[in-house]
Amino acid sequence: MTKLTPVLSAHWDEKDSFTIEGYKRHGGYTAAAKALKMEPDAIIQLVKDSGLRGRGGAGFPTGMKWGFIPQGDNKDHYLVVNADESEPGTCKDMPLLLANPHVLIEGIIIGSYAIRAKYAFIYIRGEVTHVVRRVQQAIEDAYKAGHLGKNIFGSGVDLELVLHVGAGAYICGEETALLDSLEGFRGQPRLRPPFPAIAGLYARPTVVNNVESIASVPSIINNGAEWFQAMGTEKSKGMTLYSLSGHVANPGQFEAPLGITLRELLELAGGIRKGHQLKFWTPGGSSTPLFTAEHLDTPLDYEGVSAAGSMLGTKALQIFDETTCIVRAVLRWTEFYKHESCGKCTPCREGTWWLVQILKDLESGKGTEADLDKLLDLCSNIMGRSFCALADGAASPIVSSLKYFRSEYMEHLHNGGCPLDPQASTLFEKAGV
Amino acid sequence: MTTEVVDMITVVIDGFEVSVPKGTLVIRAAEKLGIQIPRFCDHPLLDPVGACRQCLVDIEINGRPFPKPQASCTIPVEPGMIVKTQLTSPVAQKAQEGIMDFLLVNHPLDCPVCDKGGECPLQNQAMSTGRGESRFEGKKRLFDKPINISSQVLLDRERCVLCARCTRFSEQIAADPFITLNERGALQQVGIYQNQPFESYFSGNTVQICPVGALTGASYRFQARPFDLVSTPSACEHCASGCALRTDIRRGKTLRRLAGDDPEVNEEWNCDKGRWAFKYVTALDRITNPLVRDSSGELREASWPEAIAAASLGLKGKRVGVLVGGRTTVEDAYGYSKFARVTLNTNDIDFRSRVSSDEERDFIASHVVGTSTTYRDLDRADHVLLVGFEPEEESPIVFLRIMKHVRKRALKVSAIATKLSRGNEKLQAIFIAVAPGSEAEAIAKIELTAKSVILVGERACESAGTLSAVVALAGRTNAKIGWIPRRAGEPGAIATGAIGNLLPGGRPVSDPAARVDVATAWGVDSLPTSAGKNSDQIFASAKTGELDALVVGGVDPLDGALASEALLALDRAFVVSFEIRPSAVTSRADVVFPVASVTEKSGSFMNWEGRSRLFESAVEGSLQRSDVRILSMLADAIGKPITLNTVKSAAKEFATLSKWDGARASFTASNSKNISVTSDEAILTSWRRLLDDGSLQEGEVNLAGTARKSVVVISPKRASALGVVDGDNVKVSNTQGSIILPVLVENIHDDAVWLPRKSRGAHLLETLGSASGTLVKVGKA
Repeated sequence: MTKLTPVLSAHWDEKDSFTIEGYKRHGGYTAAAKALKMEPDAIIQLVKDSGLRGRGGAGFPTGMKWGFIPQGDNKDHYLVVNADESEPGTCKDMPLLLANPHVLIEGIIIGSYAIRAKYAFIYIRGEVTHVVRRVQQAIEDAYKAGHLGKNIFGSGVDLELVLHVGAGAYICGEETALLDSLEGFRGQPRLRPPFPAIAGLYARPTVVNNVESIASVPSIINNGAEWFQAMGTEKSKGMTLYSLSGHVANPGQFEAPLGITLRELLELAGGIRKGHQLKFWTPGGSSTPLFTAEHLDTPLDYEGVSAAGSMLGTKALQIFDETTCIVRAVLRWTEFYKHESCGKCTPCREGTWWLVQILKDLESGKGTEADLDKLLDLCSNIMGRSFCALADGAASPIVSSLKYFRSEYMEHLHNGGCPLDPQASTLFEKAGV
Repeated sequence: MTTEVVDMITVVIDGFEVSVPKGTLVIRAAEKLGIQIPRFCDHPLLDPVGACRQCLVDIEINGRPFPKPQASCTIPVEPGMIVKTQLTSPVAQKAQEGIMDFLLVNHPLDCPVCDKGGECPLQNQAMSTGRGESRFEGKKRLFDKPINISSQVLLDRERCVLCARCTRFSEQIAADPFITLNERGALQQVGIYQNQPFESYFSGNTVQICPVGALTGASYRFQARPFDLVSTPSACEHCASGCALRTDIRRGKTLRRLAGDDPEVNEEWNCDKGRWAFKYVTALDRITNPLVRDSSGELREASWPEAIAAASLGLKGKRVGVLVGGRTTVEDAYGYSKFARVTLNTNDIDFRSRVSSDEERDFIASHVVGTSTTYRDLDRADHVLLVGFEPEEESPIVFLRIMKHVRKRALKVSAIATKLSRGNEKLQAIFIAVAPGSEAEAIAKIELTAKSVILVGERACESAGTLSAVVALAGRTNAKIGWIPRRAGEPGAIATGAIGNLLPGGRPVSDPAARVDVATAWGVDSLPTSAGKNSDQIFASAKTGELDALVVGGVDPLDGALASEALLALDRAFVVSFEIRPSAVTSRADVVFPVASVTEKSGSFMNWEGRSRLFESAVEGSLQRSDVRILSMLADAIGKPITLNTVKSAAKEFATLSKWDGARASFTASNSKNISVTSDEAILTSWRRLLDDGSLQEGEVNLAGTARKSVVVISPKRASALGVVDGDNVKVSNTQGSIILPVLVENIHDDAVWLPRKSRGAHLLETLGSASGTLVKVGKA
């Protein structure tokens, strides 16, 4: 029996899944209509009861976040959806928005009503023009259908939804940098406190949620908290989108209950590409410490991954087989973080600059074993010392790769360069496929 | 006095208990114990940012430790907090050393040629916190250098540690957000906008608070090593804000001036004029020897005895007027005051070398003397009303203090002015536009409380009845009055009686008991009894011969209302001039005494609050030729000594006189005069800009480069009537002369036309013989 539990992705294979008609054919917007007849606090309680946790990486309980918004404060409240999916390997929100943008809009209607927000924003990654267009069209259609704007669903509730296109900065996925960017400033993380729930967008109480978190809400409204709780593990409830990429036979998004293992997911994805073996993988995108084949049976929920020394993150499983040079892979990621460091704090800005130079030397066989210790020491001076989590993410693959593959680093030094053939790891390499 | 109740919180830092007010940041609490946590982005007067991460410490609260070190510059103390700094926590120590490693990755090792070398927080803290040699072996980031972000500030981007002090200062303190961080990662850098240079009156502070040598002043760059400089605490001679400064001298030459730290007055800031306008001190044309006009009519150098004798001869037994100028120290002003009364037997003395009025003189005697309005009153005010006063242009530190409260607690500010200025826009002031002459009507409509402060500028005297309306408003509402003149010497000159209706200590000339007080202290039988002439009258009398001679301190005759008459008076009378450089007075004088500039003498100024601003001579071995010493020699020669041989003796004697505790002079209200205008006419209005053609700014081209452009400001209605748009030339003229400048259409009263009073291409008093309140023609040029 398949382990898959398609909810969000249930109808992605239908030709018109992204249209309002296609969405409504499967009960779309009935949850919103239902929710608008509920008490807002009851919705918050329902989401709390469901056990839904943030799908953007941190896993913070969504209902609790909504509950932090002070009510009766005579201030505008805002719901902001973080659709700035930029983590290397992460590819779940963009396919979701491409295939079913209306489920997000319906979730936004419910969430905004729950926290008493009259304005909501989707901050979407700017590079994905095709997704931007599709979401824009969906918003227009929802307005036309009376699901957004004044007096939505004839309930007397007003809601304006604005799509804001980011300008291409990974840091804007960090919620406070996102808010700065949304306000028109350069995206750099803000000092907290105050937290967004107290002073977020335009210094007003604001909830920032991931696309998948909000998109999960309509199904909870329609099916109830118990239905949601029935999926997943003790503290990690519900279904979620796992995205597998890299050296797998059938890469893509797999919607399954939290707690599924890589071994199970690989079965669904047709296994590692033919003729090769798993070498290492990321459980939640490149900023989460690497796993190896010994973690094939680690339950992929918040607690399971954490207990094994990494983070569930965005459930972006990047799979690498034995043809991949660990030093090269880590260098590429580090170059990404160097490029994306916002520059605000010293350890991230200067640290990533430094790390890249050391890793480049190591990849080309320059340096000594002492450089590996220096690398680890620099990482220890970066992790937990920077302003936001970006630099932690930059150091994670380095530290974990040295934990599992120190000998391969040493091989580079003994060999005077990379012992592997980089072409062998490419997907266009036919040999062995 | 009300006592402010402050909640105190006790925390333990490195094993020591310390109690600090609620809200205090951990880094400040540690300072209180003498524990110095290294830092770069932290600045006590700027909002915390937590960017540099240098100040990481270990913290636990009620037994619950934070999982990772925290930036002590962003975390306020809490009850039950235990802090371990680098002194007691190996984790904090390693974290700090790690950050220092990173900071030096991209910082060049150019300390030997960097201006900051020797006084550099990065250098110092790299020594205290870093390792001796860097572990970084790679390539550093490079930038073209330096970049002129304004004519006076240079930026070396590769030295920048991106602490954002400069950008936060510009945004949060000066409200001039003209510099910003741009780009990202290690390529992040300070930048300016394409169309808006860094033309802030306060830009020099960014140079001072830069913790590395990234921002340097164009005038000081490559001039000195900090360890070759001798620093002296000093006071600013430019305006009446009263900034504490530090003057740095190398081999007798002033090389730079920095803002001093005085939390009550200028906090840690000053304006660019106070910082950079000191080149006049080292100007090549300084007068160094006495000059005497010989029989051929030429001024020639003379010995001191000869000059003293010549001056004595010209003054003894003559009818003399004394013009003190607004830039004297308290001690020198006291010297002039005593010299006029004791040696010359006259009350014909006035320090006001500017447009003035008798209404103002009465106002000074009745409402400035004996009033103590202070910066603290601004801190507590519920509403600040500005009358004839542009704080950003005329008293920049007063501006910063108001700005601080506008930003922090939305202090209400109202401005009664002819034109909305950029400064008042920044203060978000309620702008009450008036035509010159109708200020009094607007003042009568204002509502204030006893917690409000009315700040009145020296220009309030230029519209009759304005000061009377201010007096009425204060009487009606119990609001406090703060009178703020432009020049640093004026409050001190009032206190010492360098004005015709007051004796030292604010004693009214008209009060017999006051005269007896002073006569007794001075050991003379009596003092002249009637109030003396004002400066306009002194010039007028000298012109007609009613006065024989003039004793003139640092006065520019072209700053007064009667510029041409003043020159004729100087031509006619016997003139004894006390000056530092050749001027329109020295060229007409019969005897010129060279006097010390502010860096070459000791003394004190009194700021607008009445607070004493003491300073010592910054130049070693200077001759301390303060005016008072020369006046004392001259008095001896005339035979009516004032016995003030040193600055110290003048200060001491003035202090023993104490303040007048008798009745204040009464104030008689004046009526205002509305001016009617025809369609092609306008009423002239103007003020001095902070940076203009003032003589104390001469020789400093970098500073002059950031002066605001000279323009003629008219209202949109007048602009459309004339058919002109921004940038078109217009002509402002009267029977005396005309000025042509580009026009700027702004928020100004329809009847008024505004020009800068003494900026490039606009010397109003010289060209038009008027600076405000008179009719001029405005037309397309």
